[in-house]
Amino acid sequence: MVATAVWRPDIKELARVEGRERPVESGHRLCAGCGAGIIIRQIAMAARKPLVWVNATGCVEVATTIFPYTSWNVPWAHNAFENAAAVGSGVEAARKKLARSNRFSDDPDVELDYDVIVLGGDGGTYDIGLQSISGAFERRHKILYVLYDNEAYMNTGIQRSGGTPFGARTTTTPVGKVIKGKPLFKKPIMDIMVAHGIPYAATVSPAYWNDALVKFRRGFEADGPAFIHAFSTCPLGWGSAPEDTVKIMKLAVETCVFPLYEVVDGEYRLTGPSVSIAKNPDRKKPVEEYLKLQGRFRHMFKPENKWMIDKFQEWVDKQWEVLLKRAGY
Amino acid sequence: MSTPMVGWKDLPMAAIPFLSAREYPTGEWAVFQPKIDESKCVRCGLCWMYCPDSVYRWDGEGVPVPDLDHCKGCGICATECPTKAIEMVRV
Amino acid sequence: MTVQKSVSQTMMALNGDEAVAWAVKQSNVDVVAAYPITPQTIIVERISEFVHNGEVDLEFIKVESEHSALSASWGAALAGARAFTATAANGLALMWEILYITASTRTPVVMAVVNRALSAPINIHNDHSDSMGARDSGWIQLYSEDAQEAYDNTIMAFRIAEEAMLPVMVTLDGFTISHTLQNVSVLPDEVVSSFVGVRKIPRVKLPSIHGDKEVPLMLNPKYPVTFGPLDLFDYYFEHKVQQNEAMKASVPIIERVHREFAEISGRSYEPVHMIPYRTEDADVVLLGLSSTMSVVRKVVDELREEGKKVGAVRLRVFRPFPADMIRRELSGFSTVGVLDRSLSFGAEGGPVFVEVRSALYSSSSKPAVYNYVYGLGGRDLPPKLIKKAFNELLEARGEPGRPVVKYLGVRE
Repeated sequence: MVATAVWRPDIKELARVEGRERPVESGHRLCAGCGAGIIIRQIAMAARKPLVWVNATGCVEVATTIFPYTSWNVPWAHNAFENAAAVGSGVEAARKKLARSNRFSDDPDVELDYDVIVLGGDGGTYDIGLQSISGAFERRHKILYVLYDNEAYMNTGIQRSGGTPFGARTTTTPVGKVIKGKPLFKKPIMDIMVAHGIPYAATVSPAYWNDALVKFRRGFEADGPAFIHAFSTCPLGWGSAPEDTVKIMKLAVETCVFPLYEVVDGEYRLTGPSVSIAKNPDRKKPVEEYLKLQGRFRHMFKPENKWMIDKFQEWVDKQWEVLLKRAGY
Repeated sequence: MSTPMVGWKDLPMAAIPFLSAREYPTGEWAVFQPKIDESKCVRCGLCWMYCPDSVYRWDGEGVPVPDLDHCKGCGICATECPTKAIEMVRV
Repeated sequence: MTVQKSVSQTMMALNGDEAVAWAVKQSNVDVVAAYPITPQTIIVERISEFVHNGEVDLEFIKVESEHSALSASWGAALAGARAFTATAANGLALMWEILYITASTRTPVVMAVVNRALSAPINIHNDHSDSMGARDSGWIQLYSEDAQEAYDNTIMAFRIAEEAMLPVMVTLDGFTISHTLQNVSVLPDEVVSSFVGVRKIPRVKLPSIHGDKEVPLMLNPKYPVTFGPLDLFDYYFEHKVQQNEAMKASVPIIERVHREFAEISGRSYEPVHMIPYRTEDADVVLLGLSSTMSVVRKVVDELREEGKKVGAVRLRVFRPFPADMIRRELSGFSTVGVLDRSLSFGAEGGPVFVEVRSALYSSSSKPAVYNYVYGLGGRDLPPKLIKKAFNELLEARGEPGRPVVKYLGVRE
């Protein structure tokens, strides 16, 4: 279901193309060091055709389109928080119908040969938007849905979401005297999406840009709906240093907190550093290395809360074991 | 930086933005901005790749050039530069 | 309705829902996104049959909710398609958020609302609480009296929506119209097709982004446009005023489209926004919406036989509200009764009454205005109750102390 010829991104050529087209223009108001700022550029770099971009409500939507300014040099539409996949369905269906009717064929100002990308944050994907994504995937709309997961409602001031990890401090899971951070684990969003039988799903850490770009491209090439779970460091919400954004994106992979893999027509395949960790388990770093760079986990390093780090590690290990089995290790 | 104030009669319909964000100088946010030591730069392009603000201009050959009018000074480029060719200096 | 001339049309036995489906089939619709809900279901069933039998070429997105129905319609319309959806009651309520967004982004979606009572308690029968609740969402609202008018309004709605760049809601009464077979004159396919044409896209100038080029207002990689930005205190107010002015500017468009439709169909709904019946020398008129008004006209005839000077006014266009016309046409009567098939909880009367009375307040001669709330949850309004209302109104004459708002047909 996914094209077999592997695209090999050339960073020099990508830079030249971006220099000409600048799909995402500077001057947006994402925070300094925002991971999503890197993700949206990488999605655009990996495009094989012109894009129509649908965005759920969230940081990216708010920060890139503060009226009267727009950062988008691609056609872009935001409707609401929970319905981006439904909007994408409508765009894709319309494109199909207009193209087969040869509508605008005599209008040189209109282009109908494009891919539809839908971008949502963890709130718009794990929580409020889950239903519309499920519907769009069941209907097999040819859209690429990218989740940029910064693991809380950052846009509204760091409230917990279904994507917030265990132990994390948010403004609705504060570190209190009784309950310390979020007592629950992340929803298995990849499993939920893969269960729809879609032709392509993958996880992406923008730090591994080559891996990320190839996966975004494969998502565009998929013969049907594709889902990509992109890891998105949030300096503001995570209490991390802006300059550490990419470093944290690497550590998430190296600790197996966020393993890299793809699921092609139901077949699991590890990619990037996750392959070498699978082959050489010694290379798997302890979760502390990932946790310690982030203020949201600081309380877990107090001696009386050490059990939280252990529990976090236990969960990561278990998830990793399940994935290894699925990927044939 | 002042945003033009247009009345309702002159605004395009449907609340569509009419200015490019490049006209909004987010470089004013920065406390530190990158300074590149060209002698150390190996032209790998990672500063360009990892910039969340599309700030680096790179022709794929020479030394990438940051657009300081828009650089917010996050410092990712300096952290990720494999040869430590980038120094964040106070603006 | 007066027939100006006859054209070659096919008389078909259709219920109101089928009439809407036929209008959609003939109107060069590109995308339908809808979710079934009683009593709208026949619309989506018939369109499905048309699609599955290859009788129409459109993309029917069978969405998983009404929320997604309108969201997908919005996306389709922004992508350049002519988009249609249909719903009722709770389905419309689920769309609420997107109703406003669709109007504010000037997206010309057409929606049939098969009027049904809102929950709770759950009730599948007709009243107007659904579309009346949506009256401030920025949609043009056309209320249909019968299946023929539902057909006609749906065809006209595409033209109105796309010329005004505003979404249009076409309503028809649940079951009373949606499920009742009537004779409907169906125009030839090619006549409807040439009347509505294919969707045309207006152009806008964005000099800072696209220079002097006038670019199509759609999702189009050739000339990218950003839809649905964040808008703060410095511009939001201007956008809302602009939207409200667009609503006002739709009045002549609505009138012109009706006139052009009369030319192809022979069916005129003059004077478009509201249709008076035997009001010339009336002392008392009763104003209302939709299918109820056919019964009201029958009662007017009976009372006229008894020598009573009564008349009826059927409001067809509730948004934009024809306040000027209301003042012009109703100021001369001594008493005006207003029928409301919905409640505005805590308000002094139903929504139609509140707006009619408000319009008349600024006229030089103010008729006494009374409100009758009736028919909630599909409760029948028999002629004898309408007669009772007329007789009360004939006696009322605006004396102080008389209750202004009454219920018709409820047990105490």
